[in-house]
Amino acid sequence: MSDFTSGRLLNDAALRRRRSSKHFRPIAMVVVPLIAILFQVYVPRFFQYLGYLELPLLVTVYYALMNRRPIPGLFFGCVIGLVQDSLSHQPLGMFGIVKTLVGYFAGSVSMRFDVDNPMLQFVLGFFFFFFHQFFYWILSRALLGLQIDFDIQQTLILSLLNAVVALPLFVLLDKMRE
Amino acid sequence: MEALLNRYRNLTVLLLVILAQLVLLAWQVKSNQDVRMIRVWAVTAVTPMARVLEFVREHTIGVAQNYFVLVNVRTDNDKLKQENGRLKIENQFLRTELETAERARALATFQERTPSRTLPSRIIGTGTGANSHVVFIDRGSTAGIRRGMAVITPDGIVGKVLAAYPTASQVLLVTDPTFGAGVISGKNRVHGTVKGIGQNKIIVDYVQNEEKVETGEMFFTSGDDRIFPKGMPVGKVTVVRAGRTFKEIFLVPAAFQQGLEEVLVVIEGINGVIPDAEQQRNTANPEVYLQPQEAPKPGSTPAATPAEGGGQTPISGLSTDADRIRERYKVLGEQQGVKYGEGGKIPNFNATQPPSSQPPAAGASKPAAPGTTAPGTAGSRPIPPATAPGTAAPSPLAPKPQPQQPATGANPSSRSSGTVTVQPRAVPSGTAPAPTQPRQEARPPNP
Repeated sequence: MSDFTSGRLLNDAALRRRRSSKHFRPIAMVVVPLIAILFQVYVPRFFQYLGYLELPLLVTVYYALMNRRPIPGLFFGCVIGLVQDSLSHQPLGMFGIVKTLVGYFAGSVSMRFDVDNPMLQFVLGFFFFFFHQFFYWILSRALLGLQIDFDIQQTLILSLLNAVVALPLFVLLDKMRE
Repeated sequence: MEALLNRYRNLTVLLLVILAQLVLLAWQVKSNQDVRMIRVWAVTAVTPMARVLEFVREHTIGVAQNYFVLVNVRTDNDKLKQENGRLKIENQFLRTELETAERARALATFQERTPSRTLPSRIIGTGTGANSHVVFIDRGSTAGIRRGMAVITPDGIVGKVLAAYPTASQVLLVTDPTFGAGVISGKNRVHGTVKGIGQNKIIVDYVQNEEKVETGEMFFTSGDDRIFPKGMPVGKVTVVRAGRTFKEIFLVPAAFQQGLEEVLVVIEGINGVIPDAEQQRNTANPEVYLQPQEAPKPGSTPAATPAEGGGQTPISGLSTDADRIRERYKVLGEQQGVKYGEGGKIPNFNATQPPSSQPPAAGASKPAAPGTTAPGTAGSRPIPPATAPGTAAPSPLAPKPQPQQPATGANPSSRSSGTVTVQPRAVPSGTAPAPTQPRQEARPPNP
């Protein structure tokens, strides 16, 4: 098979996945991220351990994966990250940059793999949470000069926890697709 | 170029977005400013939802929570009642402890100031029987307590030790009918014997109907019984009436006014002075009488000795009328060169007594200036220079605290030749001394 043929087959696969991408209701595109952020702001008041759940990140990953395009994913991550920054005490852009990268990579991955597989969703959820925490830690040290520790063991456990939560969450969000 | 951008469009957009955020971040960090607008948007978008969420939670989960809380209200109420009762008891206990500490402090102050050697003790029980007027104290013979010792408080006398056991002692209270002690009134110097009547009152017996006793007058121990030191408060007169032979004088025991818990057992009694009624009024705390802390030492009194004063009887202290008459006759006899017991010449008892021993006329007694001699008084009675008129400094005429002696003429009398010298009364520590001055009362000479 010539190179032309193989390249064409690849583009066809991408096009098929792109066609398989489902659209969301606009209201859901706004409300769901807000609820995720609200959850992170409000619920830990009553349940402290729920503060370890990074729902905005999981929502970003989900939307980026389901759109199967990197650019909407990165913009989606950018907006959610900036809102998170706005509600934090840190300069704007920290969460924005990290979630922009997460959205971009999640959108890129969705073009290559069948992200409807729950196992893959679990792995992606685990990976992106770890990436999110690690990259945020790097930015904090590099850009803000914060001397904070990175607890790998704790991060891995929290990644696992968020990956576990991601599965039912993604199923729930699937219901909102048109 | 366009083809290149199209080919790497995703990456280009990513880099632009990342770069824009980096610039934003760098600007914030460098200028130490904030992009308030974005934060306002985010907060405005999130907080109304949070408010709604809180409202919903309050009216749903909150109501349910309140229901479950109400379920436990009865249990909590019972617990709180129990805790409240426990705290009340604890509060009462602490109040009692505080009062006990205050009484103990007053007792210690009194013990320091009283010339008598005393032993503090605590009442630990009462005698059996409804009409029992005995109590038990927690000190016994091992602590040096012996039968017959006086038991007092700063307020007055309590009783005397009836029996001393190794670890406790039985005290007969002043209210017991079998109790007796020699007393003297503070104002009119009337002698008598205090007795209990089986109630919370005591009476003073053996006071002639002709004697003058007023209601409200204080009675003090006279020291005649050789048990109680002289000068201890006994009680205040509530009722005085003439009886068949003797006056009926009812007193309220002074020591029982504040309740009895801690007492002092007089191991070695030292006679004090009887405070004057005026001094009692001037005292800041009339309920508690403290004996003088220090008495004038021998030699500090420049005069008023029997030899210098021309009389054998001490000027201060208590004596009987017979003593005064005897003293007067003795002075007149010496003045006229008559020696008693040798017969012959009889002295003229109507002669004028020398100034040193003659009673001053009423009103002639004036407070002497410092270093001067008061007219009408013995020239050997100067007021010390440090003692200004009107102060309550111890008078040089004050008797020296002395071990308890029988009352039959052994105690120094404060009435000599018709002159009564009022001794200053010590006041409790922390209170200003009463501004009194040595007062001399003119008394009509006995025939």
